[in-house]
Amino acid sequence: MKFSNLIFANLFRKKLRLLLTVGSFAVALFLFAFLAVVRGAFNRGADIAGADRLVVINRISIIQPLPLAYRDKILRIPGVKAVTHNNWFGGVYQDEKNFFPQFVIDVENQRKVLPELKVPDDQWAAFVKDRQGAIAGAKTAARFGWKVGDRIPIKSSLFGGAGTWDFNLDGIYHSERAGGDESQFWFQWDYFEERMPQNFKGNVGWYVIKLDSPDSAVSVAKVVDDMSANSSFETKTETESAFAAGWVKQFGNIQFLIMTIGTVVFFTLLLVTGNTMAISVRERVGELAVLKAIGFTDRSVLFFVLAEALTIALVGGLLGLGLAMVAVPVLGAALNGLLPTLILSKAILSLGLGIAVLVGGISGLLPGIGAMRMRVVNALRRV
Amino acid sequence: MIRVDGTGKSNSLIQVRGLDKTYRRGGEEIQVLQRLNLDVDKGDFVGFMGPSGSGKTTLLNLLGGLDVPTHGSITVAGDEITHMSGNKLTQWRARHVGFIFQMYNLIPVLTAFQNVELPLLLTKLSKSERRKHVETALGVVGLAERMNHYPRQLSGGQEQRVAIARAIVADPTFLLCDEPTGDLDRKSADEIMELIHRLVKEFGKTVLMVTHDPVVAKRADLTLHLEKGVLVEAGELGVTAGGAA
Repeated sequence: MKFSNLIFANLFRKKLRLLLTVGSFAVALFLFAFLAVVRGAFNRGADIAGADRLVVINRISIIQPLPLAYRDKILRIPGVKAVTHNNWFGGVYQDEKNFFPQFVIDVENQRKVLPELKVPDDQWAAFVKDRQGAIAGAKTAARFGWKVGDRIPIKSSLFGGAGTWDFNLDGIYHSERAGGDESQFWFQWDYFEERMPQNFKGNVGWYVIKLDSPDSAVSVAKVVDDMSANSSFETKTETESAFAAGWVKQFGNIQFLIMTIGTVVFFTLLLVTGNTMAISVRERVGELAVLKAIGFTDRSVLFFVLAEALTIALVGGLLGLGLAMVAVPVLGAALNGLLPTLILSKAILSLGLGIAVLVGGISGLLPGIGAMRMRVVNALRRV
Repeated sequence: MIRVDGTGKSNSLIQVRGLDKTYRRGGEEIQVLQRLNLDVDKGDFVGFMGPSGSGKTTLLNLLGGLDVPTHGSITVAGDEITHMSGNKLTQWRARHVGFIFQMYNLIPVLTAFQNVELPLLLTKLSKSERRKHVETALGVVGLAERMNHYPRQLSGGQEQRVAIARAIVADPTFLLCDEPTGDLDRKSADEIMELIHRLVKEFGKTVLMVTHDPVVAKRADLTLHLEKGVLVEAGELGVTAGGAA
């Protein structure tokens, strides 16, 4: 473009100022990407939850058990296709820092209810036959370098005293859904129950129901909860996505917190860059007046100012997002599985770049309009 | 032929009729130019002198389409510019006017070449055509070898030469010079005036120049004095009240 010399020459007029402004964009966009990734990690459960699944927990709290006897009752409710149950195990592998979720699963129904978590048939068959068998998510297996056939000792902190539970890794599951959780570790209900004290036998942590159709979610949930009403184990049944969203809420209003921080960051960025662009234009009023005198239209002057602001925003934005692309995997590893997979998606990158361009455009618009409206005669008098 | 009595021939290059310019300052009206007439032909070199605040620069701004008169008309090469809209006037300036300012007004972050190229960016010339034009203009002002220098690397006289090259590169209809030597020492001023004189004599350029300096004014074909908003002839170089001899 024939005006590029002029635009770039003006951009590099004050190198330190350029560096600091580009840096502001880079830092803001890095922070944006980081916050968006964390928000995504918190919300992923709700985002990818099956629309045709219900979660049944004890009305008092998820840590309170439910009777195993509910399973058959739930299965008889019209609209229920399958039901499975899970328990939280909460064991430690080698070190407490090595956190990953361990679930006791109902081997018979797990794959009927959660079909998107794929285990090769031969591995599943080996798992079913192996009382001490276990299936690990691909992410956790990769994290610890596990392979099928490995012996995995897990130290229990909740069940069976302080003893160690030994498992044979029979298989590795992958999630069919992008961003699905591949960090879980499953083992068999039968193995779990045989080591439970008598008073805990016959109890499960929660149920997951697979429905015939998402349309029956409300009616089935009502029937389940009515069934347990006024019993010692009243239930709370909700859709899987509502359950996941509720789980996230236990950490506080993450969404609000992240939105607030993000808004403050971008508003500050707008003020900083707006001020920088205003100073930059004010410094060269005379030059812009000369351009107008020799025949550059008001619109071209506006274009020059906007082009500068947008270039700064774009370069800073790309730098920040590029930095985030490098940093997010490092951060994910450092979190040791405390959050589900951190994903810097194309949507986040596009949104970030869009916001950067928007902020750049707005910050250049006001000084640009001022330059556009400036009277040449008055401006030349100031030179 | 330069005339100030409003009786010039209808095909004068620049024809000014009944030009008034009034400013409002703090509720008070200040009349800077009063019913001013002027006729300038192609190839004329006119100097304007007068005390500070007499309206010299205002007249130059009006002639260059940078300002609009309160009353009256300005016609350049048959185009009446006083009623042109802002954008049309900007395009007209790009085609017809070359500006030379006292403070040179070069863009400091552009090289001499890039400064001179600026007016050509508004044309449809290709990059190689633009290069040819710029090199020619810089050659005319004697700075072909300094084309890659930035303004800060040039002397005041050289900067003004670059500004002159920028003014002539698009071959405008006329040049407007506002105190072109006002910021220069005598030697540099003489060189600049020699250059402007050459543009008139060798290249047939029409030049209208404001100056405070009588020595500089003497280089013009005719020097007109602005007093109380009215142009008065100084009768230099054999020019009479009726025009140049």
